[in-house]
Amino acid sequence: MIRRLGLIALLCLLPLLAIAQAIQPLPFRDRAEEVRFQKLSTELRCPMCQNETLADSNAPIAHDLRRQIFEMMQAGKSDAEIKAYLVDRYSDFVLYKPPVEPKTWLLWFGPLVVLAIGGMVVAVQVRRRARQAPATTAAANDTEDDW
Amino acid sequence: MSRFLPLIAFGLLVALFGFGIWWNTAHDQHEIVSPLINKPAPAFALPVLGDDTRKVDKQSLLGKPYFLNVFGSWCIECVHEHPVLSVDVKQLGLPLVGFNYKDDPQDATAWLAEHGNPFDVVIVDRDGRAGIDFGVYGAPETFLIDGKGVIRYKHVGPITPDVVAKEFRPALAALAKEGP
Repeated sequence: MIRRLGLIALLCLLPLLAIAQAIQPLPFRDRAEEVRFQKLSTELRCPMCQNETLADSNAPIAHDLRRQIFEMMQAGKSDAEIKAYLVDRYSDFVLYKPPVEPKTWLLWFGPLVVLAIGGMVVAVQVRRRARQAPATTAAANDTEDDW
Repeated sequence: MSRFLPLIAFGLLVALFGFGIWWNTAHDQHEIVSPLINKPAPAFALPVLGDDTRKVDKQSLLGKPYFLNVFGSWCIECVHEHPVLSVDVKQLGLPLVGFNYKDDPQDATAWLAEHGNPFDVVIVDRDGRAGIDFGVYGAPETFLIDGKGVIRYKHVGPITPDVVAKEFRPALAALAKEGP
């Protein structure tokens, strides 16, 4: 019984192994550098798996690109320079937040346009009903005046 | 008019979702259009498979268009692509450069011995650094590089006879039209 419990307890620890192996550790100089690396790699998309960030992905290319980002950070490159480097090779696809430019205007402002159209429809409806309503509300008010 | 509003809204949604389905079937979701097309290929100098002392660089390949095929012994699709590469692409008459990507040279040699070697020369990018410069994110991938060292076309994924007929041949025809 105790042996079995022990075995179950050990099995429960197995998922930890996956976490330990998921991402190979990089030799960061300090905590700030690690935080910067983590932030940058969650803003970039893995080209292979496409719905994972570079930080999360275990694809070989994600591993290589993390190494590349790390080396560029060590070489003193800024976040913008590192992003530009990747965009030059893998296009805007790698950016989770695409740049605002004419061909992405629809993407950025489309929802606002839809919201504005919806707002206009509501406004028109409200006004139309207000125009139709006075007779009935006036009548209602009349009865209320009797109180 | 306002009675038909729900119907119109429904129709618009049908059109939107229909477009989405059409778009997804008509496009390969895994293909990233390379920003390097019509730009000079990145400089590289990589050792030749089986002869580490010899290096092939971008300059030594200038003068004549060639295909650069990214492959690896670990890559399953490369096995499927191999016969097309050996026959259909070979028939196009261009030099075929193998780009052995993130592979063990011994495995690569064994793979080529087993399946046959369609390449005129095989260069080794063991850690994938040159691959990053080419915007490679997997294998197989195939580049067409012209005599001036400019990337003219890229195909992501296995080459099929259909791809050769519909993409490779027109790309080559466009190159030929420009003259040497």
